[in-house]
Amino acid sequence: MASAKRRTLKGFLNAAPVAIGLYIVVIFGIFWLAFNGAQAMGYNWQWYRMPQYFYRLTEDGFQWGEIVIGLMKTIQLSATAFFFATLLGLIVALLRLSGLVVGTAVAVAFLEFVRNMPILVLLYLFYYVLGPIFKLDRYTASILCLAVFHAALISEIFRAGINSVPKGQWEGATSIGMTKSQAYRYIVLPQSVKFMLPPMTGELVHLVKSSAIVSVIAVAELTTIGRNLISDTYMSFEIWFTIAVVYLILTLALSIGVTRIEKKFAVQN
Amino acid sequence: MEAQEAMISVNNVDKFYGTFQALTDVSLTVQQGERVVICGPSGSGKSTLIRCFNGLEFHSSGSIRIDGIEVEEDSKDLRRLRQEVGMVFQQFNLFPHLTILENLTIGPMKVQKIGKSEAEARARKYLERVHIPEQADKYPGQLSGGQQQRVAIARSLCMETRIMLFDEPTSALDPEMINEVLDVMVELADTGITMVCVTHEMGFARKVADTMVFMESGKIVEVSPPEKFFTNPESERCRMFLNQILEH
Ligand SMILES: Nc1ncnc2c1ncn2[C@@H]1O[C@H](COP(=O)(O)OP(=O)(O)O)[C@@H](O)[C@H]1O
Ligand SMILES: [Mg+2]
Repeated sequence: MASAKRRTLKGFLNAAPVAIGLYIVVIFGIFWLAFNGAQAMGYNWQWYRMPQYFYRLTEDGFQWGEIVIGLMKTIQLSATAFFFATLLGLIVALLRLSGLVVGTAVAVAFLEFVRNMPILVLLYLFYYVLGPIFKLDRYTASILCLAVFHAALISEIFRAGINSVPKGQWEGATSIGMTKSQAYRYIVLPQSVKFMLPPMTGELVHLVKSSAIVSVIAVAELTTIGRNLISDTYMSFEIWFTIAVVYLILTLALSIGVTRIEKKFAVQN
Repeated sequence: MEAQEAMISVNNVDKFYGTFQALTDVSLTVQQGERVVICGPSGSGKSTLIRCFNGLEFHSSGSIRIDGIEVEEDSKDLRRLRQEVGMVFQQFNLFPHLTILENLTIGPMKVQKIGKSEAEARARKYLERVHIPEQADKYPGQLSGGQQQRVAIARSLCMETRIMLFDEPTSALDPEMINEVLDVMVELADTGITMVCVTHEMGFARKVADTMVFMESGKIVEVSPPEKFFTNPESERCRMFLNQILEH
């Protein structure tokens, strides 16, 4: 009896209209709390000033605003860093799986180093230590830092993906005379893609988020732009809300995009 | 006339997995075109032995020569060796992300570097040979077990090797599919290719084998022609084994 009752309560809460209603109540509740809190502080809302940071129409014509420019920079930075992270991650994974003592040792040392290093310290290392030595500008240092940090995580994704391809596939490839690298390229890696896509998406989203860290060395990406705008305008609530929503839209768009690709793969197999 | 060198010659081979000895003092000679069937209880080292023929495993001591090529780990001849020796596995090991046609052409194209149209012509020829030309554009997952195993045989044939190894090719199949695979293997046996089959299909063995080999506990216990092997084997162990499997 009791369990039947509980089940009906859960069923009631999960019914579409109730669930949507509850969802709206919760979201509005949060906004109401935030706005009321601000009101209580005597915060002066100036949302009307926000659109100019997205785009402007001046006598010179149409112009993108700071937030859009910052978003583009974040996308560019993340995409470049992700590319190098994937490349480096693949190399580290292959070293680890190479069966060479030196390869494994190098890979493990790299993993342990990165895993036990706060990303902020890693960034300072790249910018203040390696920067002057190798003449890295702040943008390059940021890309390298993000790439190295995420390469460690990505190499584990590659390793798990490669290991999830059955041993028989290696034997099949070897038995028709393929070399190890041919077996990787034509047989094993293509099959591990489907195991790797979901965690790689997670990693890309993670990278976009952690790219905000480079604002501490003033690379002009989204978070830095947010900070700069606030010091000019003091509209901290509006700007941080907006920046948060922009990040959210970016990461959600990535997740949804990759889910689509995954579905396509699923159909193929 | 001077005797030609044997296709496969195994001399005093031992094989260890760690401290476990999987093969003990194994010697065996297989002539060109000879059809050898190896049987023996599970765990007796049959797979290990034939996997040493194409470098999927490496023997610990003794020597193995395949068509004049010494089998050695890290040897430059390994690729050449594998192009002499094809293998069909119990679990097929087809490439699930490639179509049947691609499964058959990838070896010739990437390993032997022949052109796509030639590789496809060859693939279709061998699909014909295993009686499934109509499945070329499907994926392995869409085929029955028996069809998949025939594709695996065709994949191996596409490499046009001189030796074919079979490791219990029908053991993973539903009973009603065993014969379609065995029929293909019988036809293959008539082409003059050198065959080494690990199998417990004694009907097939009687039909094609030139030589029967019985293994137990990592040793070759008996090597004899089928007439003798099935009627009057020398070792008691072999006789008991045959009684056991022929009862089924
Ligand atoms: N990779 C391996 N590592 C350790 N032991 C193995 C390995 N492969 C096979 N063996 C052992 O070697 C023995 C022979 O195995 P195998 O050649 O597969 O026998 P069969 O094919 O006759 O059933 C078995 O006891 C098996 O457990
Ligand atoms: Mg076996």
